[in-house]
Amino acid sequence: MRQEIDEISKKTGHYAGLTALSFKESDPIRFEKMYSKLRGGIVHARETAKKVAASPIVEQEGELCFSLYTPEADSIVTSTGIIIHVGTMGAAIKFMIENDYEDNPGINDKDIFCNNDNHVGNVHTCDVHTLVPIFWEGEVVGWVGGVTHVIDTGASAPGSMPMGPVQRYDDGYQVTCRKIGQNDVLSKDWILESTRSVRAVKYWTLDEKTRIAGCHMIRDLVLDVIKEEGIQAYKQFIREIIEDGRRGFVNQVKTMLIPGKYRQASFVDVPFKDLDLPSFARINTIMHSPSEITVHKNAQLEIDFEGTNRWGWHPFNATPVSITSGIWVMLSQTLVPNDRINDGAYYASKFKIPYGSWLNPDDIRSAHSNTWHGLVSAWSPLWRGLSRSYYGRGYLEEVNAGNAHTTNWLMGGGIDQYGQLSALNSFETAACGVGASAVKDGISHSAALWNPEGDMGDMEIWELLEPLLFLGREILPGSGGAGKYRGGNGWQSLRLGWGAKEWSMFVAGAGVMATDCGLMGGYPASSGYRFTAYNTDIKERIKKQLPIPLGGDFDPDNPTWDSLMNCETIHRDRQAVSTQEEFKDYDVIMNYLRGGPGFGDPLERNPKHVEQDLNERYILRRYAEKVYGCVFSKENGTYKVKMEATDKRRKQIKKERLERSIPTKDWMKNEQKKIMNKEASLQVKHMYAESFALSEKFTNDFKDFWDLPLNWMIYEDELGVPMLGSHINRFKEEK
Amino acid sequence: MAKYDQKLIGELIDGTLEFYQLKEMMSGHKDPERFEIYREVLQERVPWDDPILLPYGLHLYIVQKKNGDRIVKCDCGHEFCHYKENWKLHARIFVRDTEEKMNEIYPKLMSPDTEWQVIREFYCPSCASQLEVEAVPPWYPILLDFEPDIDTFYHDWVKLPLPKGK
Repeated sequence: MRQEIDEISKKTGHYAGLTALSFKESDPIRFEKMYSKLRGGIVHARETAKKVAASPIVEQEGELCFSLYTPEADSIVTSTGIIIHVGTMGAAIKFMIENDYEDNPGINDKDIFCNNDNHVGNVHTCDVHTLVPIFWEGEVVGWVGGVTHVIDTGASAPGSMPMGPVQRYDDGYQVTCRKIGQNDVLSKDWILESTRSVRAVKYWTLDEKTRIAGCHMIRDLVLDVIKEEGIQAYKQFIREIIEDGRRGFVNQVKTMLIPGKYRQASFVDVPFKDLDLPSFARINTIMHSPSEITVHKNAQLEIDFEGTNRWGWHPFNATPVSITSGIWVMLSQTLVPNDRINDGAYYASKFKIPYGSWLNPDDIRSAHSNTWHGLVSAWSPLWRGLSRSYYGRGYLEEVNAGNAHTTNWLMGGGIDQYGQLSALNSFETAACGVGASAVKDGISHSAALWNPEGDMGDMEIWELLEPLLFLGREILPGSGGAGKYRGGNGWQSLRLGWGAKEWSMFVAGAGVMATDCGLMGGYPASSGYRFTAYNTDIKERIKKQLPIPLGGDFDPDNPTWDSLMNCETIHRDRQAVSTQEEFKDYDVIMNYLRGGPGFGDPLERNPKHVEQDLNERYILRRYAEKVYGCVFSKENGTYKVKMEATDKRRKQIKKERLERSIPTKDWMKNEQKKIMNKEASLQVKHMYAESFALSEKFTNDFKDFWDLPLNWMIYEDELGVPMLGSHINRFKEEK
Repeated sequence: MAKYDQKLIGELIDGTLEFYQLKEMMSGHKDPERFEIYREVLQERVPWDDPILLPYGLHLYIVQKKNGDRIVKCDCGHEFCHYKENWKLHARIFVRDTEEKMNEIYPKLMSPDTEWQVIREFYCPSCASQLEVEAVPPWYPILLDFEPDIDTFYHDWVKLPLPKGK
């Protein structure tokens, strides 16, 4: 059936060939009743089942999701939460269908399957799927999938976004669509093996019970609906609802967008040169994600990632299922929030993901455990593309300059405060800054691309999980991108080692590059850095009642923490990804959650809003003056903007802009010379060489733009960097 | 379906609507007349007479010239180029490619490292508005952000007659 559905959908342009929705049209009330029952039941299953978990990532933050599928694994209805897994769990079920699971190991009523294999299409190892077939009178009538984000999967470093893995064989315990239970009972061999393969065992175990509970609640719900409505009505419903979703998507495209082409690009740093890794992975690289959105005349949405560079020996690679499912998550937050959220949208879109790129590795050895590093940067520009459409049509309320890089991931592991082997993976990252819109500021410390229901969690709850105490939780000034409307600010928490034994920690975030960008004159959000201090004298200082580091690193150009303690080692630098370092009680580590990009020229920001930002510490005074051109007086500790002086200052800055800038075409001549002479850092040249080796189109566009001679080229093998695994290379024969 | 008048759309453009009003606009079905009303409000606000075909960015418009050309134009009146060309190539540019220049807008540890990425600011040569910012590695081609299919949009999607040049 899987193949038949694809063929007929492609041939007719309608899901399952449904050119008419006879059930929906003839009996709309019954149709909507079925939809509401299923949707309500699935939302309910998620809300209820998450109470089983011990991990705050699931129980408090809600990083889980349930979805119902057709027998062919197309999604019908889904809960909220980490809905990227609607696509990945569908891919896992399709994998079972394609690999004849029906014959061996067999698909029977009350079976339980588990999957988290990245190369089957999962996002990353720590998102574990439970998949349960639904039977009616001996026939599979659907599947239900449940996913939770587990704390640890036993990768080469602790935590769920580990830094350390550079290939699949470091990347954690991978389960390939395995039958782990029969007759609704988990197999003993599975329980023993899986719990010996991960660090945070009790959290793993209760996460599994969460997933099974949700799946079985939904299985019962579906069987009740079939009993009530009849199997024929159910079968008709599940097809029509997906075609309805496809139609809703097409309608939204036509209502909100403008046909045409939209181009954008993003970048994120992989600064691995000085990390403790195998030699072939010790290289600084840039992940390059250009994208072109085409809104076709017939309202088909096409996204093409031609020009994306290679996959690499790092845990940031992705699969086509994860990039396309994530685009769908992003679309559910902007283009299609009100319509049926199911696989209908997938059938109305088209994607091109170049083979061999980091979005589609040509090698099963690729690691994916921290795939979000790349993915969130690749999605951010798509917001800007769509926003140009919204802006042109006048739907300014929908404009958004893009998602933040959802980092830092604060991670570690060892023996926790309960004396047990465990790991931590702070989900404070679920509450980053949001991009500014065309009508208002972005929201601070509020959301993540992968789950818009942002929640930073209670400090008291995190302290139950982690052998760490909070010394601060503060908004970080200047972390939101500047603009007429400011991007949402990020924030920081400062942690103190407390009760940890044999513990190690590390950071994982974007460092020296801005992965988002402002829109129509706005600036990107600030980029990342690291602060950790080891072997401090904080214990003695507390005893002597001396000041200690508290709060946030308010102005890293003029830091205060460093002078409030003596310690053996401080890392205050741009190395925002690191490998494990031993971490003891009274050591400190900062968790910095990034902000979102800005919209419009900062000189057009209402000076009163700048005054408010300054007084509420969303920005620093010198940037209120330099970036926003505002002039202030200070009375009783409160800043007041001087309107006339501000007006004058802004006019002056505009004059300075014309003086310091040059015509773009003059600048291009200069830049072209640098390209001719190959003047750039190694990582920049390497990024281009990789994209050139994979894409003729990107190469030609690049050379056309810069008017480069035919013989100009940069090849990877002239750069003197490790090239292990670079198989696909269109220059191989030519050279 | 909600209908919004010129006054309300004007307030939307000015960013002065209350959140509950924005919420209604976001949660409700879109008003199909929005483009027409929006275009009219913007047309009244610009100090020149060329009909706006499409708002192209904050301050930027694709306008219809009398001779049939479609031109990218700033609201200050500066005309950049034909709309199929990249207006940024006809703007003024300032590139933040040193730590010192980055430090004017971010603390040092919070700015991109110019060995990896630079910030390009594009200004209108007449009014000096900052019209777009790019954050890209050195050598990156200047992006042509948007190539609208204006004819399909007018003829097949919003079903409006194309404004004629004056």
